Amino acid sequence: MGEFKVHRVRFFNYVPSGIRCVAYNNQSNRLAVSRTDGTVEIYNLSANYFQEKFFPGHESRATEALCWAKGQRLFSAGLNGEIIEYDLQALNIKYSMDAFGGPIWSMAASPSDSQLLVGCEDGSVKLFQINPDKIQFERNFDLQKSRILSLSWNPSGTHIAAGSIDYISVFDVKSGSAIHKMLVDRQYMGVSKRKCIIWGVAFLSDGTVISVDSAGKVQFWDSATGTLVKTHLVANADVQSIAVSDQEDSFVVGTAEGTVFHFQLVSVTSNSSEKQWVRTKPFQHHTHDVRTVAHSPTALISGGTDTHLVIRPLMEKVEVKNYDAALRKITFPHRRLISCSKKRQLLLFQFSHHLDLWRLGSTVATGKHGDTLPLSKDADHLLHLKTKVSKMPAFLRSAVQILFSEDSTKLFVASNQGSLHIIRLLEGSFKHLHTFQAQSGTVESMCLLAVSPDGNWLAASGTSAGVHVYNVKRLKLHCTVPAYNFPVTALAIAPKTNNLVIAHSDQQIFEYSIPDKQYTEWSRTIQKQGFHYLWLQRDTPITHISFHPKRPMHILLHDAYMFCIIDKSLPLPNDKTLLYNPLPPTNESDVIRRRTAHAFKISKRYKPLLFMDLLDERTLVAVERPLDDIIAQLPPPIKKKKFGT
Amino acid sequence: MAGPRKGTTGSGRKWLGPERERLHQGTHSCSPAWPVIPSLRDGCVPRLCRYRPCKYLFCVSGDFVKVYSTATEECVHVLQGHRNLVTGIQLNPHNHLQLYSCSFDGTIKLWDYLDGILIKTFTVGQKLHALYTHALAEDSVFVTIKKEKPDVFQLVSVRLPRSPRQDAEAEEPCLVLDYISPSPKCVAFGSQGEYVAAVRDFYLSVYFFKKKATSRFTLSSSGNRKHAKNNFTCVVCHPKEDCIATGHKDGKIRLWRGFDDEKKYTYTCLHWHHDLVMDLAFSATGGSLLSGGRESVLVEWRDAAEKTKEFLPRLGATIEHISVSPAGDLLCTSHSDNKITIIHRNLEASAVIQGLVRDSSILTGLMIDPRTKALVLNGKPGHLQFYSLQSDKQLYNLDIVQQEYINDYGLVQIELTKAAFGCFGAWLATVEQRQEKEGELELQMKLWTYNKKTQGFVLNTKVSMPHEDRITALCFCNAEKSESPTLVTASRDGRFKVWVLADDSDIYREAVGWTCDFVGSYHKYQATNCCFSEDGSLLAVSFEETVTIWESETWELRCTFCQRAGHVRHLCFGRLTCSKYLLGATENGTLCCWNLLSCALEWSTKLNITVMEPDPRSENVAAVSRSSGGSDLFVFKPSEPRPLYVQRNICSEEVRWGVFVPRDVPDAFTSEALQWLNRSQFYFLTASQSLLTFSSKSPEEKLTPTSKQLLAEESLPTTPFYFILGRHRQQRGEQADGASENELVQLPLTENVPAISELLHTPAHVLPSAAFLCSMFVNSLLLATEARSAEEMPDDVDMEEEKASDSSEEEGDVPEKVQHADHTDVGEDLRQQLSQLSKCEEKELRKLRRVDYSWVTAP
Repeated sequence: MGEFKVHRVRFFNYVPSGIRCVAYNNQSNRLAVSRTDGTVEIYNLSANYFQEKFFPGHESRATEALCWAKGQRLFSAGLNGEIIEYDLQALNIKYSMDAFGGPIWSMAASPSDSQLLVGCEDGSVKLFQINPDKIQFERNFDLQKSRILSLSWNPSGTHIAAGSIDYISVFDVKSGSAIHKMLVDRQYMGVSKRKCIIWGVAFLSDGTVISVDSAGKVQFWDSATGTLVKTHLVANADVQSIAVSDQEDSFVVGTAEGTVFHFQLVSVTSNSSEKQWVRTKPFQHHTHDVRTVAHSPTALISGGTDTHLVIRPLMEKVEVKNYDAALRKITFPHRRLISCSKKRQLLLFQFSHHLDLWRLGSTVATGKHGDTLPLSKDADHLLHLKTKVSKMPAFLRSAVQILFSEDSTKLFVASNQGSLHIIRLLEGSFKHLHTFQAQSGTVESMCLLAVSPDGNWLAASGTSAGVHVYNVKRLKLHCTVPAYNFPVTALAIAPKTNNLVIAHSDQQIFEYSIPDKQYTEWSRTIQKQGFHYLWLQRDTPITHISFHPKRPMHILLHDAYMFCIIDKSLPLPNDKTLLYNPLPPTNESDVIRRRTAHAFKISKRYKPLLFMDLLDERTLVAVERPLDDIIAQLPPPIKKKKFGT
Repeated sequence: MAGPRKGTTGSGRKWLGPERERLHQGTHSCSPAWPVIPSLRDGCVPRLCRYRPCKYLFCVSGDFVKVYSTATEECVHVLQGHRNLVTGIQLNPHNHLQLYSCSFDGTIKLWDYLDGILIKTFTVGQKLHALYTHALAEDSVFVTIKKEKPDVFQLVSVRLPRSPRQDAEAEEPCLVLDYISPSPKCVAFGSQGEYVAAVRDFYLSVYFFKKKATSRFTLSSSGNRKHAKNNFTCVVCHPKEDCIATGHKDGKIRLWRGFDDEKKYTYTCLHWHHDLVMDLAFSATGGSLLSGGRESVLVEWRDAAEKTKEFLPRLGATIEHISVSPAGDLLCTSHSDNKITIIHRNLEASAVIQGLVRDSSILTGLMIDPRTKALVLNGKPGHLQFYSLQSDKQLYNLDIVQQEYINDYGLVQIELTKAAFGCFGAWLATVEQRQEKEGELELQMKLWTYNKKTQGFVLNTKVSMPHEDRITALCFCNAEKSESPTLVTASRDGRFKVWVLADDSDIYREAVGWTCDFVGSYHKYQATNCCFSEDGSLLAVSFEETVTIWESETWELRCTFCQRAGHVRHLCFGRLTCSKYLLGATENGTLCCWNLLSCALEWSTKLNITVMEPDPRSENVAAVSRSSGGSDLFVFKPSEPRPLYVQRNICSEEVRWGVFVPRDVPDAFTSEALQWLNRSQFYFLTASQSLLTFSSKSPEEKLTPTSKQLLAEESLPTTPFYFILGRHRQQRGEQADGASENELVQLPLTENVPAISELLHTPAHVLPSAAFLCSMFVNSLLLATEARSAEEMPDDVDMEEEKASDSSEEEGDVPEKVQHADHTDVGEDLRQQLSQLSKCEEKELRKLRRVDYSWVTAP
């Protein structure tokens, strides 16, 4: 692997925003996640839970509700009173529309997918018609006294349940009038709380309404008579979210104590048809409020203030016990937030609303392997960028990804229309050189760019189609790497050989020779032999690939929990060899070392690793973000008495 | 010693012997050596008493099943007949007036518990570890047996034949589940009898009778610390729904549902207990689940939900079993301190049946409260218990330490180490200590005075650190003429202190308190023991190997004895005619007797004495020594080096403590060897905390007459005739009650008057035909002649004792008696023969005394 001096950077002060809503789309097996800063992310659950799309947020756009409608259309609504539809191809906001009811707290799409319902601050429930291009206001339901915090459609589409403060209303959709008002007990373990907020409702097809409220109750109501059927007290704090499975045989609730409870419909005795809802397993994967839950056919999905997205598969629904059956905890974005100037030793950190520029520290000391060297010069915080440059040409205003060429003369911009712009940078000004138009028919944005060090080649990839390679000198499409089932997570072009290395979300790595327009021999070999099974089981995508300037056979790459150098000259590991070998001790004989050596040199020393790159041939920079530091910046969780303390 | 008697053939069997009586073992198993802790079940008698549905409570106690009344907490019947430990009891699901029981002796017995009658005995032939019944399993019951291989137990169903005979062979058992746990708590039957659930180690197996298939659910048991204590401890099934509740070693309770599908099963966790869940029970309707464990808190989980739980705390000791009455209005819990608590459905404890507490180690030894004649010893941690030997009941608990007891493993507790009664029960001195580290001793002596108004002990003086080191002995001067109470404490710090009661009045009140009067020491040796002479004039204090004698008037050292035979472990003065002797037992196994007049050693013998107790009513001293075979008892007078009585191997384990309990009415033992038992009874406590005594009667004979007579005579009017008949019955009852009732029915020729009441009180359906009973009935109405010839009498006594000896043989004591015959002292035999003639006369006199003339005075 070689010895490196490593800059271990821990001053990247990144704190992900808390998760506010999750919405699961059964059709495409995708999950939309919105965060408190208005960011919306799309995860592809079939592609190894890869975060494939991303809509940056805005301070004024805090989302409170998120839903899928008409198959693939994604809507969100927030406290600014607007309903927003997202363009999932172009990765921008299609339009936003004011509902004129004050802040919107809840939203639900009808079972027929033709209507959208929003609940507003002023107590109104508004029905919108979903048209192919836009949504259109249809009518108001009976005005309620206080804000509508939760909404749920009856699966037949005839009735809706709306959770408000202290009561639940059942509306008839046809007439728009409230037919029942079910008052919720304010009592909480004998103590009367001031108000009981209905955080979530779920309407089942048999007419049962399940409500969760701030008193920690999960209650079952009969919507036909408007009466309470059963109460489960599950928490001492608020129960903030509920999600029901499509089969209506199980549902999940999330509490402010960080616990997720699973409820299942089980038959009372094996030979009777009578069934009852039973609270089964609690899951404590969160430390803070679980603000939102979702129920996919095979998994329970939860997210909350502690910024983790947790996907907990249901063992009884999993057919084969493979790696998909394992619990997933997604904390960091699946893209690079850090870029590095190798020559100047600068790091640029990307936050949701600003940029930070730091200069790395330096040391004069030398030491043995494993030593910690003292800094002779501390790292400097050079710049904090928050203002936006207003004088930009229109086509540059919505960039998905930008990239400088190696010699800093050119800037490549991937716009949200699917096109790529090349801009020449001059002293103090710039000149638009060329635009590669999107391929015929698609408007899919390119989200990953890579340029060859000699500046001749530009590789760009979208979320689904293959990787396009452009010839920058001749300004034309050179070739397209054949499309692969899984989205690309990282791209890089090797110096000198101009081999394009592509990492996919299923942990596959391809090496494609741009001049030869074909996969390299090594890539074919590894595809033929297959990757090590442990390699394929890694659950965070590879986010960065780089190369060693002096050793052309080396490929450096990392994901959040490991750093790996692939030495193409060494034999590939098979399933019998040890993949994660620790660095062999030096006193071991060379023979053994050579026998056990394989192409993948993996270091798990730095984690969670957000970025790692070579500064020069002997120096590495690693940016870590310890989870404890993130937790320290979160608001304190609800204090729970722990036994024995 | 057994003199040649008429018709005596065997030496051991006819011997009028101090049968070792297993003193009532309390309400449930007392000895930890018993592998299976028996279960409690509550009985319901709906047809008899509608207004009080759950009238009886059954509880297994050693070889017996006890029937308690839930209303009065009295033991109504003791069902006896098993020859080994009873391991399981179940109500007959087809007849709620009958009870099945199973035992290690390989039999299943069916009882009529209302009358205490054995109806049937089914022999299975193997050790039975647990018993289960189910209404749908027609004639079958389920038992747990052991396979040949060690540690492999099977649940088998046994078909009980419907034969009219009393004894029947059960049919060949049929395997239901293999490899289960022998604990009765680890198997449970489903509500409809469709399945049976069994737990062991880390898995739950459910066998479905219809499908004839077993589902098995395993919990992770890997080295993972989080799951290391996942072991199952108990299982119960919901009475209405398909739901199994299991308790675990880490205190969790899991509720399993959907277990008919091995893939879709699901469970809920309830967690409150921090230590293992000892037992679980569903309420009769299934609305709530009850659990208990080492926390001594009964937890009720309403709706099986985590948040809606109710507690009944401070039950005193680890909950071992929980049982719910079939009607659902009562619960009961049994505790490790030999206690049953009966609890109302609203979680209010309504009654406590408390036996001898055996939860803690006994440091105080056995004492007799002079006022109540109760046995006093360590009870609950930090308490003294007053236990009535006559009624087998705990009278009360005296809280000595007066601190909340925190039940946590590894915590060093305050221990009550010494206690002594003084001045005929007017004063009680206690010593408590706590030592966490060497040199950090906390010591406290408390003196309690008996308050006549409150009928209890009240703290009078508290002395903290009365000595620098542990107190080794504590004694009151119990002389009748002593003017002020005096207490002596001896300690390892080399001193003994004399405490006297002094005036402690001040301007606010008049009071008395204890102060230190004298401190004595001897060459800085550790004081190991102290003892006052009977008249209180002398105090003997042993300092390691030396015994010093002090005059109590002036506290002057009178003389010293030193035998160089190791530290003195026991010390006591002789009494009455032997009061000039001082006895000392040393650690090296020497028993010395010094003459105080000549200040010389009278005699000494090699004997490794563990317990030495003087009889307060006679000169006798009982000493128990430890030998390789077990413990031997010697009774001797200090004046004579030859023992009065020797009994080898009274029990196989070490005897820790002994005490003489004065009898209210002196007993009349004819044999000279047993005359030492005439005035007091000797009780001793073994290392496994079994309390044993010498008796010629079986314990149930002693315990039951009152209750039984109440039952039999409640309907009789008090007429003069009743007095004749009733008295007569009482007298005869002593002989007859030893034999169990079923014998009376079975062998009606036994002419016994209680047979009338038996006849009248036994349900007609269990009686033989009237013609059969007629002669018995007529015979029983005849008054037996009081004037039997004197020659006949000894024979009768022999008969009686043979019976008693038989019953005790059932407890497995045969070898002892045979052994005893070998060890009989020849000299004593001779002496006995010489006194034969005078004894005949004596016997007649005694008989005259026994004849009751009180009926003459009756109206």
